[in-house]
Amino acid sequence: MAAHEMTQSAATASISDDATAGTEPVRRGVGFGERVQRLLPKLVLGPTMLTTLLFIYGYVIWTGVLSVTKSRFLPQYDFVGLLQYEKLLDNDRWGVASLNIVIFGGLFILICLGLGVLMAILLDQKIRAEGSIRTIFLYPMALSFIVTGTAWKWILNPGLGLEKLLQDWGFEQFTFDWLVDPDMAIYTLVIAAVWQSSGFVMALFLAGLRGVDNSIVKAAQLDGASMPTIYRRIILPHLRPVFFSAFIILSHIAIKSFDLVMALTGGGPGYSTDLPATFMYTTAFSRGQMALGSASAMLMLGVVLAILIPYLYSELRGKNNG
Amino acid sequence: MLTTFAKRTILATAISGLLSTGALAGSVEVLHYWTSGGEAKSAAVLKDLLEKEGHEWKDFAVAGGGGESAMTVLKSRAVSGNPPSAAQIKGPDIQEWADLGFLTELDQVAGNNNWDQQLPQVVANVMKYDGHYVAVPVNVHRVNWIWANPEVLKQAGVDEVPSSWEELIAVAPKIKAAGFIPLAHGGQAWQDATLFEAVVLGVGGADFYQKAMVETDADALSGDTMVKVLDTFKRLRPLIDDDAAGREWNIATAMVINGKAAMQVMGDWAKGEFTAAGKIPGKDYVCAPAPGTQNTFTFNVDSFAMFEVSDAGDKQAQADLARLILEPTFQEAFNLNKGSIPVRTDLPMDKFDSCAKMSMNDFISTSKQGGLVPSMAHGMAVPSAVQGAIYDTVTNFFNSDDMTPEQAAEKLAKAVRAAI
Repeated sequence: MAAHEMTQSAATASISDDATAGTEPVRRGVGFGERVQRLLPKLVLGPTMLTTLLFIYGYVIWTGVLSVTKSRFLPQYDFVGLLQYEKLLDNDRWGVASLNIVIFGGLFILICLGLGVLMAILLDQKIRAEGSIRTIFLYPMALSFIVTGTAWKWILNPGLGLEKLLQDWGFEQFTFDWLVDPDMAIYTLVIAAVWQSSGFVMALFLAGLRGVDNSIVKAAQLDGASMPTIYRRIILPHLRPVFFSAFIILSHIAIKSFDLVMALTGGGPGYSTDLPATFMYTTAFSRGQMALGSASAMLMLGVVLAILIPYLYSELRGKNNG
Repeated sequence: MLTTFAKRTILATAISGLLSTGALAGSVEVLHYWTSGGEAKSAAVLKDLLEKEGHEWKDFAVAGGGGESAMTVLKSRAVSGNPPSAAQIKGPDIQEWADLGFLTELDQVAGNNNWDQQLPQVVANVMKYDGHYVAVPVNVHRVNWIWANPEVLKQAGVDEVPSSWEELIAVAPKIKAAGFIPLAHGGQAWQDATLFEAVVLGVGGADFYQKAMVETDADALSGDTMVKVLDTFKRLRPLIDDDAAGREWNIATAMVINGKAAMQVMGDWAKGEFTAAGKIPGKDYVCAPAPGTQNTFTFNVDSFAMFEVSDAGDKQAQADLARLILEPTFQEAFNLNKGSIPVRTDLPMDKFDSCAKMSMNDFISTSKQGGLVPSMAHGMAVPSAVQGAIYDTVTNFFNSDDMTPEQAAEKLAKAVRAAI
C-alpha cells in the first residue's frame, strides 16, 4: 500500500513539474535541477520497491494460491480448498514443530534479552578493558549459524564433548546428554542460539545505556534513589525502543531458524527438534508436497503477523502521539 | 616425415570422418549428482564413450543433499520449458515426471537392444511409464546387507553373522560384555528407515514387504505382523550406542572398520568405505544379507530419465546415450567404481569382488523366483510424500520411549493414508 502511494505521489510530482517547466521557461534550469533532486530518491528507491513488491509480496500471494491446490512436486492449479490445512493440522510432525517454535522462540528471546541487559549494565560500570570484553561477547555474532551449530554439536555430544571431558577429569557421575535425548534436544538449540545472539543484544543495550541522559541519573541520585531503583524506574523504561528493536530482531532470528537446526541436530533425534521452517522446507522441496509446504508457510506467516501487528501498532502509535 | 599429399589425405579423411558422424551428431545435457571422487570418475567414463560416438556431452552436475539440490534445479529448468536431455531421476519419481508429460519414449532403442531380455522385469517396470521405456537404469545397489567385523565377533565369542533378527538380539549381550557396540548406526531418519525395511523383510517376508511397503495396504500397515515387526525393530535400539543421534552413515561404518562396533546394516555403498580403508572382503570384513533376508533382495537402482528434445541430432545423441548406458563397457567400469552391480543380468562378473558376486547371484535368483523388492527407504517403492510419512513415524517410534508397537502401527497407517 505504501508503495502504491509512493508511485502515485511520484507521478503527481512529475506532472506538476512538467506544468511548471512549460509555463515558466525562464526558470527552466532551476526547475530541472529541482526536479532531478526531487525525483532522485524515488528513482533510486524504485527498483528496490519493485523487487520487494514482486519477490516478497508477489511470492507470498503465490504461496497462498499454491496452498489451496493439490500441487505435488511441481506447481499445478487444481483447487482443493482448505484440504492441505486440514492435513497439516492433523500431522503429528507439524504439531511437534509448532510446539518447538514456542519453546525455542520463547526461551531464546527471553534469555537473550535478560542476559543482554544484564551484561550491558555490568559493562556500563566503567570497568577496565571494556573494549576487549565487549568484542569477546560480540564475537559469536560474526559466525554463521552453521559454524555455531557444528561446534555445539561436538561440544554437546556425550561421547565427544563436555560429558566425556568432565568424566575424564574424574566426575564420573556427570551426564549431559540433552543432544541425544528427544525430550531435551530442543533446549540444546536454545543454548547454542543464546550463545550466538546474546552478545549482540548486549551491544544494542550498551548503546542505549550510553544514550541515557546522565543528568536524570544524577538528579535521581540527589533525590536519594538507590542504583537498582534508578535502573528499574528510570534507565530501563528509557530503553523501551531498544527492547522493541531487540525483540523484533530476535523474533525473526527465531522464526527463520533453519541452518542452526540443520547443523546442530538435523531435526533429530527422530523429528523432535523440527521447527516450522525445517518442516516447510522438507515437505515443499524434498518430499514433493508443495501444497502442504505452502500451507505451512502461510500458517507461519499468519502467526508472525498475529504477533507483530498488535505490537507494531502499539509501539508506532505511541511514537506518533509523542 | 609426411609428404604434403599424405597430410592432405589425412586431413581429408579426418574431415569426412567428422562430416559423416556430424550428420547425426548432437549434444546431450546430462543432469546428475555424481560429484564425489569415485562417482565423478564413473560419470567421466560415460562422457568418454559418448564423445567417441561424435556427440557432445554437456555436464550439468549439481552437488549436495543426495540429489535434492539437483531436483530443485531440474524443477526450475522444467517449469521454464528448458529441461536437460537426461536427468538422474529414480523410482516412482520417474512416473511423476512422465505423468506430467516431460519424458520421451525410448522404445526404439530398447527394442533394438533387447532391454526386455536383459533387465529383470521388476526393474524394467520402474523404468516404464504406461508400458513404454522412459528411463535407463544404470546400476543396482543392494540395500539389505549386514557388514560385520569378524575379529570383533570372534573376540565376543560369536561364531558367525546372525541369520535372523532374534539371533542378533540374542548374541548382542555377549558382544556388549566383550566391550563392543553390537550395532553401528547413525540416528538419521533415512538410516532408521533402512534398518526398519530390513526388519520388515526379515520378520514379515517378501510378500508382506510388498503389501506394506510397496502397495501401502492399510491392513498390512496396521496389522499384527507389522506390530511384530515394530516390536523387533524397537528391541534393536538398545544394541545401538547412545551417541548415535545425527551420526553420518560412513562414521558408523568406520566404527565397524576400527573394531569399535561389530556390525552395521547398510546398503552396498558401505563397501566403498571398507575398500578405501584397504580392507579385503571375506578377511577383514564380512558381507551377508541382513538377518532373515537371505532369499530376498531390496534394490536401489539409479537411472536416467530422458526428457523430450526437439533437435534431430540431439535426439540421436540422447538415444546413443541410452544405448551406451546399458552396454557392457560402461556397466562394468561404472559399477566397479561405485561398488554396485550391473543392472544387466547377462554380464561376466570376473572383475568384481566376492560381495558383488554374491549380490549378483542373489539378484538373478530373486528376479526369477520372487523376493526382488524395491527399497522403500531409498525412494524406489513409493512416492516421496508417502516415503516421508513412513520416515516420520518410524524415526519417531524408534527414538521415543512412550509409544507401543500397536500405537506406532496405527500411526503408520494413518500417516500413509494422509500422504497419498
